[in-house]
Amino acid sequence: MSTIINDETIDNISILAQLTLSGEEKEQAKKDMGRMLDYIDKLNELDTTDVKPMTQVFPMDNVFRDDIVATAQGEASIEAPALDDADARPEILQGAPAAKGNFFSVPRTVE
Amino acid sequence: MNELLRLSAVQLASLIRTGEVRAKEALDAVFQEIDEKEESLHCYVTIDREGAYAQASALQEKIDRKKEAGPLAGVPIAVKDNICTQGLRTTCSSKILEHFIPPYTAEAVLRLRQAGGILIGKANMDEFAMGSTTETSYFGATHNPYDLGRVPGGSSGGSAAAVAAGESFAALGSDTGGSIRQPASFCGVVGMKPTYGTVSRYGLVAYGSSLDQIGPLTKNVEDCAVLLEAISSYDRKDSTSVARTDTDFPAALLEGLHGMRIGIPRDYFGEGLDPEVASAVREAADVLKAQGASLEEFDLSLVDYAIPAYYTIASAEASSNLERFDGVKYGYRARDCEDLHQMYKKTRTEGFGPEVKRRILLGTFVLSSGYYDAYYLKALRVKALIKRAFNQAFSRFDCILGPVAPSTAPLLGESLADPLKMYLGDIYTIAANLAGLPAISVPCGKDSKGLPIGFQLTADCFQEKKLLRAAYQYEKATACACGGEAFRKGGAL
Repeated sequence: MSTIINDETIDNISILAQLTLSGEEKEQAKKDMGRMLDYIDKLNELDTTDVKPMTQVFPMDNVFRDDIVATAQGEASIEAPALDDADARPEILQGAPAAKGNFFSVPRTVE
Repeated sequence: MNELLRLSAVQLASLIRTGEVRAKEALDAVFQEIDEKEESLHCYVTIDREGAYAQASALQEKIDRKKEAGPLAGVPIAVKDNICTQGLRTTCSSKILEHFIPPYTAEAVLRLRQAGGILIGKANMDEFAMGSTTETSYFGATHNPYDLGRVPGGSSGGSAAAVAAGESFAALGSDTGGSIRQPASFCGVVGMKPTYGTVSRYGLVAYGSSLDQIGPLTKNVEDCAVLLEAISSYDRKDSTSVARTDTDFPAALLEGLHGMRIGIPRDYFGEGLDPEVASAVREAADVLKAQGASLEEFDLSLVDYAIPAYYTIASAEASSNLERFDGVKYGYRARDCEDLHQMYKKTRTEGFGPEVKRRILLGTFVLSSGYYDAYYLKALRVKALIKRAFNQAFSRFDCILGPVAPSTAPLLGESLADPLKMYLGDIYTIAANLAGLPAISVPCGKDSKGLPIGFQLTADCFQEKKLLRAAYQYEKATACACGGEAFRKGGAL
């Protein structure tokens, strides 16, 4: 039943996934995904009418904590090589592909 | 080969604590081994000699001043390259993170350091942990120390190969669908995936968040217990972290196997399992029986549904988790982009490899409007059924014993051509991730080609001690202390 994967589906999916596929890649993706979905269809052999979807294996509650500003390791429960400065911005911005002052820099967003 | 490399991590730490061995000597031994073998094995993406010697000298100073140095004092340890290390490149073996230097360190690595462990480098892996061979690494494949023409398994292939080859005394890996246990099996070392929530995921680059766990790869079971104790912790920074009070795992090594009930799923020994693997695993079961465990065959059921459920859920989570790689805040950014939207698209298209894209596309599809219920929710319902099947099994058994993988290590280049076939190799390992269970891979001999075989024990949630107890008694009874054997005898190197 891999018919659901047509060109239109692949185009929509690649837009959602923010990926560009070449003509060849598109054909390959159609084939791969179709085959995988055929395989996944095996799940329909099972009757799951009264089964609730299981997102977590243990019963878990939401974990809340105070919204306080801290360094990445500031919340650590053990002694950690914390950043020298409570302000981690320089170290974070150092890894940015492009930065201006204290901000990330990106290409034009509006006309 | 340096004699120190024959020691287990625990033995080495003990000699370093008493001052019989200097921390630097252990590093010298490991780096010498790396110098000799790394070119042919390629276990590491990044090696941090300078950092390692600095850690060792700080530790040595502590020891010389008679201060407590920890259960892993001076033990050189490799960390999989999807686990963040402050100031040390963390790439996930992907082009998109080729130059990423994290501003913080993963909780599990901090715990290792606190226990005295010395981080020596970042181990190679499948790109973003997606793969079973370490061949999807942007930086090139890792080779199996037992046969350089074969894969080490994956995705924690660099971690497993490094331990097997003496390029490290122990390693951390991550396991989303078998990524610790399967390479451990292919490389003849011990590997454990702990119960979900036992080791903090803070600083582990997410793949399938509901399935990911960090765990140890070691030369033997005792090392596994000690490493696991070191890295287990409740962490407020990981909202799925579980507060446990039973993490004194080495205590489990003192108990025998009398009264232990081991179930062997008939459905694990059907079609597709290599006969040599099947017989080695059955022999391992007999050893456990001789040690006092009771064996019983049973039908686990639903085994064939684990793979389709897993790849639906894991791909869905991956597609969401990997949205963050967009070229804005860190990592690779494509050149010459006219606007923001084009930058996202070009960056991701150029930055991700084919297997990662394949899973992102599949995951995006199963989460997309119109298909969400039929695929994603369906898989979550099947996950509930699989969990139920395990609950039933664990009402009768302490552990479930089976193979880790259907075969021993395949040849390089054999697996990637047919992704679905590669996925089917995860049949025995992925159910533990879906159900959050702990599972261990233990070496149990070799096939006629001289390639390591592993058997797997799985227990109910929070029952790692049962696994360690059985695995340790097996190791003792067979006197194999198998892990890390490649560099001792019979290995390719």
